[in-house]
Amino acid sequence: MGEVRNTAPGAAGQGTGAPGQGRIAVIPDGAAAAAPDTRVTLSGWELENPVIPASGTFGFGKEFAELYDINCLGTFSFKGTTRQARFGNPTPRIAECTAGMINSVGLQNPGVEHVIAHELPEMKAYFHKKVIANVSGFSVAEYAETCAMLDREEQVGLLEVNVSCPNVHNGGMSFGVSPEAAAEVTRAVKAVTTKPVYIKLSPNVTDIVPIAKACEQAGADGLSLINTLLGMRIDLRRRRPVIANRMGGFSGPAIFPVALRMVYQVCEAVSIPVIGMGGVSSAEDVIEMMLAGAAAVQVGAANLVDPFACKTIVEELPRVMQRYGIQTLTEIIGGAHHG
Amino acid sequence: MKEVCYRVAENRPLARDVLRMRLAGDSSAFTAPGQFLNLRVQGCYLRRPISVCDWDREGVTIIYKVVGKGTAAMSRMEPGETLDALTGLGNGFDPDKGGAAPLLIGGGVGVPPLYRLCRELIARGASPTAVLGFGSAADVFYREEFEALGAQVRIATADGSAGQRGFVTDAMAGLDYTYFYACGPEPMFRAVDRIAKSSGQYSFEERMGCGFGACMGCSCRTLTGSKRICREGPVLEREEILWEK
Repeated sequence: MGEVRNTAPGAAGQGTGAPGQGRIAVIPDGAAAAAPDTRVTLSGWELENPVIPASGTFGFGKEFAELYDINCLGTFSFKGTTRQARFGNPTPRIAECTAGMINSVGLQNPGVEHVIAHELPEMKAYFHKKVIANVSGFSVAEYAETCAMLDREEQVGLLEVNVSCPNVHNGGMSFGVSPEAAAEVTRAVKAVTTKPVYIKLSPNVTDIVPIAKACEQAGADGLSLINTLLGMRIDLRRRRPVIANRMGGFSGPAIFPVALRMVYQVCEAVSIPVIGMGGVSSAEDVIEMMLAGAAAVQVGAANLVDPFACKTIVEELPRVMQRYGIQTLTEIIGGAHHG
Repeated sequence: MKEVCYRVAENRPLARDVLRMRLAGDSSAFTAPGQFLNLRVQGCYLRRPISVCDWDREGVTIIYKVVGKGTAAMSRMEPGETLDALTGLGNGFDPDKGGAAPLLIGGGVGVPPLYRLCRELIARGASPTAVLGFGSAADVFYREEFEALGAQVRIATADGSAGQRGFVTDAMAGLDYTYFYACGPEPMFRAVDRIAKSSGQYSFEERMGCGFGACMGCSCRTLTGSKRICREGPVLEREEILWEK
C-alpha cells in the first residue's frame, strides 16, 4: 500500500526542533566516518536497534505491516495474551487527556491457542525477526501454562510477563503490587521455559524498587517498565466517568518523566536489563530512557496517533545519536548514573 | 489506509453548530460510502474520526458538528491551513445490497455519509428515499442536496419546526423499501430496528484510540464474533447486531 508521510510536527510536543526538515535521517557528507551503531542486546538476543512497539498498541503487527516494512523495528511486543480468549471490558474504553490517553481495553485477545495456531504463522509472512510474547494471567498456574505453550514457539524471542494490567480485576496487577506475588509468578514461569523472562511492572505502587528486586532474586532475566498509570476522566455533560469501567491506564507523553524516574530508580537497584517505556515518542526520548539505564525502549501510545511513529524513530535515531556524539548506543546505557 | 496531508479548501457553517469542510488532496484510499478519516487536530492528543460525506479527484468533503475541543478547533480553521489525516478507514456501506427502492435513515450528523451512498445507489439505477431526522429547523442540512441527486426526502424534527414532527421512525411510517441504511445515534437504531421491514446496515459510532484496528479500544460483540468498529465496522449488518442492555 502507498505510504504518505506528513511533515507536520507531532501534536505531542515532542518535535525534533526542525519540523518539515528533520523527519528523515540524513547523514550530512563528512559528518562522521562510520554510521552510528544502534544495536542493543537483551539477554543474548541482539536487536538491530532498541525500538520496540509496546504490547497493546501494535496488535500482532498486521495493521502496521500494511503501512511499512516493520522489519526495520528492533522487534515488537505482541498483544497481551491469556490462556483463554477474552472479549475485554465494555465500551467506552478510551478517553483523551492532555498529552495522553486512558485505555481500559481489559486484555481483549484471542487466547494463546489461537495466537499459536494463527497469529504466529501469519506473522511469518510480514515479520522475519523473533517477537516478544506478552502474557497475562489470573493465577500463577495460568501464567505458567500460557508461557509453557509459548516456550515451544521458535518465533518467540522473549517472554514479557505482565503482572501489571490495571484494567482487569484480580488479573495481572494484583501480582505486580506485592514483591512476594511478583516473585512467585517469576519462579513459576522460569520453571517452564528456557527463553528469557522479563517481568512487566506496574507503576501503581508505593515503591517499585522492592518489587523489581524480588523479581530479580526470583530469577527474572530482565524487567519491563512501566505499565500504564491508573487514571480517570469525568464527562461534564453526563457527570459520569468517560470510561465504562470508570478507570483505566494512563499513557502518552505526559507520563514520560514518571516512567523515566522509575527506570532510573530500578536500574540503580538491579543488575538485570530493563526495557524502558512510558510516553516515549521520539528518538531523543529513546536516548533519554537509555541514559536512565534502559537496555531497550518500548513505544506505546505514539503508535496510535501516528502509525509511523516507530519507523520515524528508527530512521531518526542515527542522526540524533550523531547530534549528541554517540557512536555506539550500548555505551550510553545508564550513563546518567555515573559521576 | 493512507496518511494524507490535506489543505483546507472550505470550512463554513451549514446549520447550528454544523460545518462543512472541504479538504483538497489525495482521496484514493476511499472505496466505499460510510468510510471515515481520522484527523490530527492541533492541541489534541488523539485523532478525531469523522465520516466522509463525499469525495472526488480533488479531495474529500466532511460535515461535522462542534461537540468538544477537537471539533471546536476544527471550526476555527481557515482555508489554506493543513490537516494530517489517516484516510480510507473502516468498512463502509455496500450499495449493491440496496435493491430498487432503498431507504436511507439519517439522524443529525449521521446524515453526511448517506449522501455519497445516495449518489452511488442512484448511479446503480435505484430510487432511494432519504428520511432525515434533526432536533429543530435550525439543525437541518443537506435536504436540497439529497433532492438534487434525485432522492425522495422526508424530514422529521423533534419539535416539529421543519418537516414532520417526531423522529425518523415517525417519518418512516407507510414507506415501502427493499433495504435500509442507517447512520445516527444508537437510540435511533434501536427504534428503527423495532419497526424495520427489511434487511439493512447500521453505521456505528464509538470512542476510538487509533482508528485503524491496533488498540482494540472500540470493540463490540456481534452474533458473528467481536468486531472492531474502526476496522470491521463502522457499518455492520442488521442480522449480526447484538443489542445489548
